[in-house]
Amino acid sequence: MLTNRSKVVVKKEMNFWERMYLPAILSGVVITIKHLLRRKATIKFPEQKREISKVWRGQHVLKRDEHGAERCTACGLCAVACPAEAITMTAAERKKGDEGLFREEKYASVYEINMLRCIFCGLCEEACPKEAIFLTDRIVSTDYERHGFIYGKDKLVEAVDKRIDVTVRQTPEVLEFKKHKLLSHNR
Amino acid sequence: MIAFVTYKMILVLVIFTITLAIAAYSTYAERKVAAFLQDRVGPDRAGPFGIFQPLADGLKFIYKEEIIPNVSNKLLFVFGPCIAMLTALMAGVVVPWGDTVFIGGKEYSLQITDLNIGILYVFGVVSIGVYGIMIGGWSSNNKFSLLGAIRASAQMISYEIAMGLAIIALVLMTGTLSLREITMQQAGGLGGDWNFWNVVYQPLGFLIFIVCAFAECNRTPFDLPECETELVGGYHTEYSSMKLGFYLFAEYINMFISSAVISTLYFGGFNFPFMNNLGLDHNMISIIGTIVLFAKIVFFIFFFMWIRWTIPRFRYDQLMNLGWKIMIPLAIFNIALCALISLYINR
Repeated sequence: MLTNRSKVVVKKEMNFWERMYLPAILSGVVITIKHLLRRKATIKFPEQKREISKVWRGQHVLKRDEHGAERCTACGLCAVACPAEAITMTAAERKKGDEGLFREEKYASVYEINMLRCIFCGLCEEACPKEAIFLTDRIVSTDYERHGFIYGKDKLVEAVDKRIDVTVRQTPEVLEFKKHKLLSHNR
Repeated sequence: MIAFVTYKMILVLVIFTITLAIAAYSTYAERKVAAFLQDRVGPDRAGPFGIFQPLADGLKFIYKEEIIPNVSNKLLFVFGPCIAMLTALMAGVVVPWGDTVFIGGKEYSLQITDLNIGILYVFGVVSIGVYGIMIGGWSSNNKFSLLGAIRASAQMISYEIAMGLAIIALVLMTGTLSLREITMQQAGGLGGDWNFWNVVYQPLGFLIFIVCAFAECNRTPFDLPECETELVGGYHTEYSSMKLGFYLFAEYINMFISSAVISTLYFGGFNFPFMNNLGLDHNMISIIGTIVLFAKIVFFIFFFMWIRWTIPRFRYDQLMNLGWKIMIPLAIFNIALCALISLYINR
């Protein structure tokens, strides 16, 4: 026995009082009426939002660095780490003159996350050596079509003028870990 | 003559409208009560607190595609929901919705017609309601519909017996079948003249009647005619659009009418305590009486829903056992008891 919650069922004949149903129905009715004026558990979604945890993991973002260049180098570690195999990408070489757009010589020309496959575990974020991908506190919106859930770079890469804050989830331990010299290239 | 006909026509129209309105809002109330008893909010998007929900539901029913199965008996298929709706609406004719009112020195009764066999009429009309279900289920030419219809009619016929026997005990006591006279006998109530409602004299009869009323309306715990796991949708499996709406609607009208009949027979109808001690004039008391009657009806409709969201349904054999082996003997015992007591009192 793993817990002490299991009850031994006694299969005995019901006595007259129990077979009358009515006392049991009466007590049931009292229970339901008590719930009538109780506080409702419903959260009226579009107006009210459920409070989410500080470390809640939602829709991904592909970060740019402080000059506005994409950090992702299409190394593929996130796709390898992904247990749901939701990430695919195509690598490309940076052309001359695109130095402002991409941080390193290699970049992802296509980067897609299938949000129907994604389980929001955050392993891609952990695997990323370039601090390029983060999970944010945004909710992935619904869609009527399957292909609407395959998010490309248009939806994933943050806008230059509208950066997405990912510092909320960076706990002191994470920041301490990132000071390690192996990750110094990110600074 | 013309004045009489116009007055009756207006009364019929008003009661028809009220019946439909209450039935429509019962569907809304059902969902709200269900939600509240389960700590939810319920429909609240259509208008403030979702009060336009019945309109939205009705519109949805009308705009749905209407399917009549090829293999069905088309005439009877259309006829079924008509009968269900018709019989449900007809029972309201003999219920006294209020006392009389004086307008311009003339006395107008707030009852469409006072049949001296009122309660028998209600029973007759309710019995025809079984045909609506039976014809609907049979003409669909679908085994699930047919099984559902047989189940429903067997259940309704079984419980009608106990219901009738419960009423016999009441009739023994009151000595009349007219619903108006039964109501008038309960007049006064507390206050000057100590006169209780019938439920005080007939507690067992009331219990049998209300349990049978649940079964007659196909309400939980006797909602076996509609059983998703065994019968798909029951007798209305093949129905769609407004024809299905009629069946569902008839159920709510039945609930309203049986609440009205329960209030009239056992809870004093339009009478309320201290009604003769307030010193109000006759018209005023009649109007308050009608409001009180509707309050009682609304309470019983709520009670129907309250029970629905409290207890699970019976198994079919349990249902039949309860009907034939418990309800009917109990009702006969009640008749014998009432007969003996009235014999002792009148001696």
